[in-house]
Amino acid sequence: MKILTNIAVSESGYLFNPTNGDSFSSNLVATDIITLMKQNKTSDEIKKALQAKYDVEKSTIERDYDEFIQELGDNYLLSTDGK
Amino acid sequence: MGSKKKITVAVTGLNAVDSPGPGVAVARGVRELEGYDVRIIGLSYEALEPGIYMDGIADKTYQIPYPSAGSESLMMRLEYINEQEKIDVLIPNFDAELYNFIKLSPKLKEMGINTYMPTTEQFEARDKVNLYAFCQKHGFYVPRDKTIYNVSELPAVAAHFNYPMVVKGKYYEAVVCQTLDQAQKAFHKLEAKWGLPIIVQEYISGTEINVAALGDGHGETVSAVPMRKLFITDKGKAWAGVTLEDSRLVKLAKDFIKATNWRGGFELELMVTTDGRPYFMEINPRFPAWIYLTVGAGQNQPAALVKLAMGEKVKPYETYEVGKTFIRYSWDMIIDIEQFQHFSAFGEN
Repeated sequence: MKILTNIAVSESGYLFNPTNGDSFSSNLVATDIITLMKQNKTSDEIKKALQAKYDVEKSTIERDYDEFIQELGDNYLLSTDGK
Repeated sequence: MGSKKKITVAVTGLNAVDSPGPGVAVARGVRELEGYDVRIIGLSYEALEPGIYMDGIADKTYQIPYPSAGSESLMMRLEYINEQEKIDVLIPNFDAELYNFIKLSPKLKEMGINTYMPTTEQFEARDKVNLYAFCQKHGFYVPRDKTIYNVSELPAVAAHFNYPMVVKGKYYEAVVCQTLDQAQKAFHKLEAKWGLPIIVQEYISGTEINVAALGDGHGETVSAVPMRKLFITDKGKAWAGVTLEDSRLVKLAKDFIKATNWRGGFELELMVTTDGRPYFMEINPRFPAWIYLTVGAGQNQPAALVKLAMGEKVKPYETYEVGKTFIRYSWDMIIDIEQFQHFSAFGEN
């Protein structure tokens, strides 16, 4: 699953979709996920990185990650053609 | 400074109010015309149009007769103004006045006043009344609509479109109606304000996107900048907006220009559905009130129009900054009553 390449993410976690003008504020974990996605990390690599950084159960990371990816998809922030 | 050419540009639409005319934004853009020493002449209909009194907008403003007074009285007034000011370029900024200005453009040219407006045919083709047929002809998505002249026609139209549906005035304003009662009230209100006919349009759900663009009159696009409204007033006007990166929207403006050989500025009002279909809601035959955002994003459309009007070649813009945002604000100017009285009494300041 890839995030759209033209999505702009600020250090403060502010997301701007330049295609439709949508903007979002994201929390620290979400910002980490997006940053890693933009570095073309796989979902397994992202989950491992999160687990290493945050002291939480693997199952919690899995659930939060899946929910967040769902949210990105609902807001048209995921690439459907690999771009 | 001494090497700059002097140019005098007249603009209408100085009513920078809650439903603003584009004149103030157009004047700001023209002021940034490179290589020229610009003098702006405001043309206003009312003595309380804020642009008359704002610093740095109009160097001088003259009152002109309302479009309903006809083109002859407008011409007489423009002759007087031109004797005083020697206008090089005139940019009309209201839909309702354009017809008169287009009609007068050959005479204006004889007087040395250049314009860059659509032809009568172009102007009429994109009229609300003709929008559906126009878009159908050129393969653009467009909501179904029906032009009506009597309130008694509403129930049949509603049965065809279902609710909500949009009731629109001849020139301005649109009301989304959920019931027949609301539609009837909207009909009477818009008829009283703008006259007949009234246009009833199928409601399309989606995101409002606008594109400001400039055509060279030969099918080429000089500039096109898409914008999403971030804050919309109760009158449906953008109070904040951001430039978008969407090549499909730019292509849409280019397709429109190619199809019509559009001459001058215009605005596409689009509703983009969740599955990405851009519906043409309206095509405004002049720059929008948010046109200064195009200047901020790197494509000075008002300045480019002045150059085209002066017969200069203008290289089409190719890029603009995405994410440039405008936020409109209201500001209480303090003026002396004498300024207002002087303008009211003499029709110029």
